[in-house]
Amino acid sequence: MKKFMTMLIALGMSAALAGCGETASTADSTMQTVSTDGSTSMEKVIGYLSEAYMSENSGTKITYNPTGSGAGIQAVSEGRCDIGLSSRDLKPEEAETLDAEVIAIDGIAMIVNPQNTVSDLTIEQIGKLYKGEITNWSELGGADAPVVLIGREAASGTRDGFESITGTEDMCKYTQELTSTGDVVQTVSTNPNAIGYASLASVKDSVKLLSVEGVTPTTDTIQNGTYKIQRDFVFVTPKGKELSSAAQSFMDYAASTSADEMIEKAGVVPVKR
Amino acid sequence: MKKLKKTTDAIEKAMNALFTFCGFLAVAFVLMITVFLVISGIPAISKIGITDFLFGTTWASTAAEPRYGILPFIFTSVYGTAGAIVIGVPIGLMCAVYLAKMSGKKSAGIVRTAVDLLSGIPSVVYGLLGMIIIVPLVRKAFDLPDGANLFSAIIVLAVMILPSVISVSETAIKAVPKEYEEASLALGATKTETVFKVVVPAAKSGILTAVVLGIGRAIGEAMAVMMVAGNVANMPGLFKSVRFLTTAVASEMSYSSGLQRQALFSIALVLFVFIMIINIMVNFVVKRGESNE
Repeated sequence: MKKFMTMLIALGMSAALAGCGETASTADSTMQTVSTDGSTSMEKVIGYLSEAYMSENSGTKITYNPTGSGAGIQAVSEGRCDIGLSSRDLKPEEAETLDAEVIAIDGIAMIVNPQNTVSDLTIEQIGKLYKGEITNWSELGGADAPVVLIGREAASGTRDGFESITGTEDMCKYTQELTSTGDVVQTVSTNPNAIGYASLASVKDSVKLLSVEGVTPTTDTIQNGTYKIQRDFVFVTPKGKELSSAAQSFMDYAASTSADEMIEKAGVVPVKR
Repeated sequence: MKKLKKTTDAIEKAMNALFTFCGFLAVAFVLMITVFLVISGIPAISKIGITDFLFGTTWASTAAEPRYGILPFIFTSVYGTAGAIVIGVPIGLMCAVYLAKMSGKKSAGIVRTAVDLLSGIPSVVYGLLGMIIIVPLVRKAFDLPDGANLFSAIIVLAVMILPSVISVSETAIKAVPKEYEEASLALGATKTETVFKVVVPAAKSGILTAVVLGIGRAIGEAMAVMMVAGNVANMPGLFKSVRFLTTAVASEMSYSSGLQRQALFSIALVLFVFIMIINIMVNFVVKRGESNE
């Protein structure tokens, strides 16, 4: 008897739960939702774009789930979101089933502590620094102090971008691997020997921005490609599958020139069309 | 009358079933987590090979030729926890002695409130303070290039385990019969001698429980150590940037895929086994303590 009752209650509860789920998803049938999921570096861009888009299209709601490029690509391939956001280009095996559209370019800024006297590095020097071949700032004309290499965790889009551009994949001798851009900026700002990389948009006054090969990262230098350390911000969609009308319209907006202003406001650089 | 009895009976039965259901819910969760971890943790271990996985010294999960050796994480977790215990337990124990034996009512109240507050502080706050205060301090104090290392993590963990060590050992010390203490004092022992030679030994099983609980807290902590330990998969050294078992899972999980993701589940499984062993140790210590009395 006891067992029977227990089972009955369990059944009732699960039925009630299942009911909940259904009502929640069908309640806003007048409101169309476009779900985006992925790169944490794209938070600002997607924030500005979706705000601007939603103010013009009140019937659409755009959601953003900051999980990371890999997670976003996985989410879109599993159909858990409409648009995946990636701050790296698709890997060949991902490109088999997914389409990518570049909507903006992000400059990866090299930052050091304000006390550091070094102000310009070449890509080769950056590579040597991160590979551990240059270990003292004096070798680059700075103070006689050890170099502290600050980087991001293994699967970060920024790290992937940085390492592939500087040719240091799997060879970096990091002192710290931090899990967010904010942590990198914070750490570099408190350690006089530190060097780090971060999205240009996240660089604050508390750290010193380096020029690379004589070029300071700005909108122009990133767009015309003279600033070398840059990566694409990509919208990822399933191949051969039609998007919902709302998602397609948002994609079109993000890729149009009218979105450029918002992309610039977010601190990154629009694609030159 | 008869009808009334029938309805109360029905309510009683229904409530009884509900209580039973809720009781077993906890068991169901534990079982679910265990089964889930074992199922999702085994594939990577069998693919990588258990010796390569547990005793490999290189972790390069995203390299062109990925290596999945978690020995650095295991050692880091063990060293980090041991360090936290070495620093945290003496402080915690003496604080408990103070609370139980030496303090006045008013000052004990203040200290106890502070300890309770300490246990309520979220671990991300410990991490933040560690990152902003302890890491630069360690860098300057030991003249290191960088302060994010095992030592900083140990300090943060030592503070984090204090509340559980203090409250459990205080209870244990308070449970020591007053006669023991009085007898010792009557024989001419000083208060300090009494505390260290009579009270603490008599409360040792409770104190041991406190230590094991502290180990549990320290080994399972992720957020705070992630912010101060540097997170590089080095073999541990006191002033080296290190990665714990917990942070290995936490820092890569969100971006991972394929075998890398499975390997993270395997790390979680290893951590789970560690925690299980610690729990069994607690049970053993408590049981032995009871049978001694």
